[in-house]
Amino acid sequence: MADPRIGIIEERLKGVNRIVAVSSGKGGVGKSLIASTLALTLARRNYKVGLFDLDFTSPSTHVILGVEGLQPKEEKGIIPPQIHGLKYMSIVYYSGEYASPLRGADVSNALIELLAITRWNNLDFLIIDMPPGISDATLDIIRLVKRIKFLIVTTPSRLAFETVRKLIDLLSELRIPIMGVVENMKMKESQFIQQQVEDRGITFLGEIPFDTELEEAIGNVNKLLATQFSEKLGEIAKNLEP
Amino acid sequence: MHEWALAEAVISTVSQIAEKEGLKEVAEVEIKVGELQQIELDILEFALSQLKTLKLKNVKFHIKTVKAELKCRVCGQKWIFRKEKIDEEIAEAIHFVPEIAHTYIKCPKCGSPDFEILKGRGIWLESVKGLR
Repeated sequence: MADPRIGIIEERLKGVNRIVAVSSGKGGVGKSLIASTLALTLARRNYKVGLFDLDFTSPSTHVILGVEGLQPKEEKGIIPPQIHGLKYMSIVYYSGEYASPLRGADVSNALIELLAITRWNNLDFLIIDMPPGISDATLDIIRLVKRIKFLIVTTPSRLAFETVRKLIDLLSELRIPIMGVVENMKMKESQFIQQQVEDRGITFLGEIPFDTELEEAIGNVNKLLATQFSEKLGEIAKNLEP
Repeated sequence: MHEWALAEAVISTVSQIAEKEGLKEVAEVEIKVGELQQIELDILEFALSQLKTLKLKNVKFHIKTVKAELKCRVCGQKWIFRKEKIDEEIAEAIHFVPEIAHTYIKCPKCGSPDFEILKGRGIWLESVKGLR
């Protein structure tokens, strides 16, 4: 007759002001780094921030944040633990270092479960690191989280933008708000992405140059926040603040 | 106390159904609980009794457990999930997110993690009856 978990999701998120899905059509464009760094940046600006890694089969934000030995508290549901000033939730609390080979229906079920039992309480921002593409997780977030807004990440590559274009078209057709597009890993001067984005009536939030120092900052939040990548994202983040 | 969160979900959804169907009072709710999630029925029942709203004050919750039946997508083997056969920590992870079964449980015949949960995954509302 009915899945009781679905009816409680809005209630669980009612204390969250802005819910931002960091998304892309393609993998490898820097979604997780952008989602994590954006969450950290906003937290350093004294906002209450949550970060939810929804990339269940390939989670990576825990590596970026250097999360070790954390477990959520159980109190009439799940209370996400705090790390670096963020409330942080990931499937790795349960899957550990092992692979989670999930089909689409399993991804949906796990996503519904975590949305239904996680108590975020009051937040200014909940940043969601989405898996790439427009399949189950994206469709479920659109279906279940009515106030969702998308922040889309692309690289200068036409291959990345070809998939991003489809994500933009889908969201526009469904009238899901798009906060804007970030062009990541920029290596040479080109207006191609900005032009394409603006032609579609979408905000071009800015570009982030390819940062050769970034890899070494993974797992060390202070180092990460001192990178050029972070500085540039920090400027972009100002456009997302209330 | 993860059961509490699920009980809240049940009460909230039953209330939404009652509203939609114009029920003045909810009399009976049938709930199915899959064994894969290993929900503590005592805690669930207690939470349900504590969370009742006015419309649900006389409601009877009928809770039925359903065995978790798994089927391998590779070799077709079917088997029943048994909590006693797995490590306590793994059982707890599956309790929170039943899909985590795919991380730790393999087909007993061919060893594949690619299996289907045919039935008995988690909590499900089977019926809501009441007075109009």
